[in-house]
Amino acid sequence: MNIHEHQAKALLKQFAIPVPEGRVAFSVEEARAAADSLGGPIWVVKAQIHAGGRGKAGGVKLAKSKPEVETLAKQMLGMKLVTKQTGPEGKIVNRIYIEEGVDIARELYLGMVVDRATAGITIMLSSEGGTEIEEVAATNPDAIIKIHVSPAVGVQPFQLREAGVRLGLSTKLVRNLTKFVTSLAEAFVAMDCSLLEINPLVVTSAEQVIALDAKINFDSNALYRHPNIADLRDLSEEEPSEVAASSHDLSYIKLDGTIGCLVNGAGLAMATMDILKFFGGEPANFLDVGGSATVEKVTEAFRILMADKVHAIFVNIFGGIMKCDTIATGLVEAARTLNLNVPLVVRLEGTNVDLGKQILRDSGLEIISADSMADGAEKAVAAATKA
Amino acid sequence: MAIFVDSNTRLVVQGITGSAGAFHTRQMIEYGTNVVAGVVPGKGGQTFDGVPIYDTVAQAVAQQGANASAVFVPPPFAADSIMEAAAAGVALVVGITEGIPVLDMMRARTFLKDYPSARLVGPNCPGVITPGQCKIGIMPGHIHLEGHVGVVSRSGTLTYEAVGQLTALGIGQSTCVGIGGDPINGTNFIDVLSAFEADGQTEAVIMIGEIGGSAEEEAAAWIAKHFTKPIVGFIAGKTAPKGKRMGHAGAIISGGKGTAAEKEKALIAAGVAMSPNPSEMASTLKPLL
Repeated sequence: MNIHEHQAKALLKQFAIPVPEGRVAFSVEEARAAADSLGGPIWVVKAQIHAGGRGKAGGVKLAKSKPEVETLAKQMLGMKLVTKQTGPEGKIVNRIYIEEGVDIARELYLGMVVDRATAGITIMLSSEGGTEIEEVAATNPDAIIKIHVSPAVGVQPFQLREAGVRLGLSTKLVRNLTKFVTSLAEAFVAMDCSLLEINPLVVTSAEQVIALDAKINFDSNALYRHPNIADLRDLSEEEPSEVAASSHDLSYIKLDGTIGCLVNGAGLAMATMDILKFFGGEPANFLDVGGSATVEKVTEAFRILMADKVHAIFVNIFGGIMKCDTIATGLVEAARTLNLNVPLVVRLEGTNVDLGKQILRDSGLEIISADSMADGAEKAVAAATKA
Repeated sequence: MAIFVDSNTRLVVQGITGSAGAFHTRQMIEYGTNVVAGVVPGKGGQTFDGVPIYDTVAQAVAQQGANASAVFVPPPFAADSIMEAAAAGVALVVGITEGIPVLDMMRARTFLKDYPSARLVGPNCPGVITPGQCKIGIMPGHIHLEGHVGVVSRSGTLTYEAVGQLTALGIGQSTCVGIGGDPINGTNFIDVLSAFEADGQTEAVIMIGEIGGSAEEEAAAWIAKHFTKPIVGFIAGKTAPKGKRMGHAGAIISGGKGTAAEKEKALIAAGVAMSPNPSEMASTLKPLL
């Protein structure tokens, strides 16, 4: 799960991590009030959307007066921000963050992620802060210092002293950085983060370190133990059909194609998209109904697919925990309640397959049945092309 | 011979009375797995379909000689159960549970370092099956056939897909291992491949990976140096859009790393025959046998 920058900073503040003072605003009036209470003389107006690359897209602007804050707020609220990470459709700015200006002597990059390779947390530090870190990683990988955090004892001061030497930092600065990173690593574990990125991490002329930006992703599997964080979810930032799917515990991602896919298992669902493309088709979505789907869940999955205005639907099930008769019953139920007016290609295999096929036959529904994944994909592509 | 599980496997099911645990325990018994015990804290002394239930895994090991465990415990308690099984001296711990917090698994992995003789498979995996001998997990037993092809996969249903294709062509399997799709898991591709390499029964292997991480690239480097048997590969997620999470916590690509193209390139360079699409895994392997 993602949250907004202003929410991330409020959370970090609870761990005594230095962040600039700021206020969130949903209207020009609130922006003005925020500017008043912060005092100035410089303010930064920042669009709050769940995507990076805001600065280059015009979503972060400096104001030197309160009227300027108002003007920028008026411009930004309601604007569609298209950044490198939003895709061409962009994101509407519904809230902005007004922040005090910060005296910047130097910008560093700091990232913290769960690292599969080490089965631990890895901290990445770079002197090339502020810019696109992917570019640095690609062109100058040596500029990124990696620190392995021991799951048993946490990050150790010597690891930051070594990093400090490589980054050419003063003794005082290393001390401040050590405090900052130690607190951040504690926050990472305490909040069950999957990614925590401070870019840029600012060094002031007084050699203080401040998180000028903050991006946090949380492990959705651990949200059950952080109800306060789960409450920060902003549904307006997410695709409505994806929100509907997640409320039914369906793993769904909207794509651009014309063939709706209903599959059990993430790997098979990805492979289904691959094989549709292999035969010249375009998947309209990724949809994994999971292993323990009920008839209601399957019906809901069809409802979401139909709302996508697909030209054909390909049901590809290899039942393990998921029983084929459950899928078949859900499918028949969905066809009854929804106006299922597109070609339906069904491939069933695995647990209770004969029972599932019988249910489909008895239903009298017009179904194109397939013997294999390839057969089903070819038939779905043909049906979608005709439609 | 096969790997990891066989007719000598004595299984304890952790969470045997939960809905998934109960359903699959019956399926495993029906398949012929020797389920010797169940563990549910607070239910020690009861039985499940005649299987004795204990409060702790240590009791199941002491009294029934359990040497393998299947974990069906709900996500908030699953990492604890995995560590319990390892500490009790169980040689093989199969984590079926999906949705365990990743930092819980990070701690469990650190804990498991003190128990090097315990092998963890998963979590978030379909399990391990040696056809005709022992099934630990949730895979449909009837699609399997005894034979000589090993299967290793990060994805559950794609493993079934590969097995179904093999069986349809009359090609049996030695052992099929689902290693799971979570970012932090136990047994990896290399562990399974080295066991297949050493196994007399296994003559060839199908390996199924997916986008995200670098486990396939590392496996490719190992295969090039150490693996001598015919091997077919498939990588799921060739067409997945970048940066989108495709259900498995694992299947995320970012910054051009862990793409299907990179993985395929590495595997081909290691001499792996890639299946052109997910429907041709078995037919790609057949001429290599």
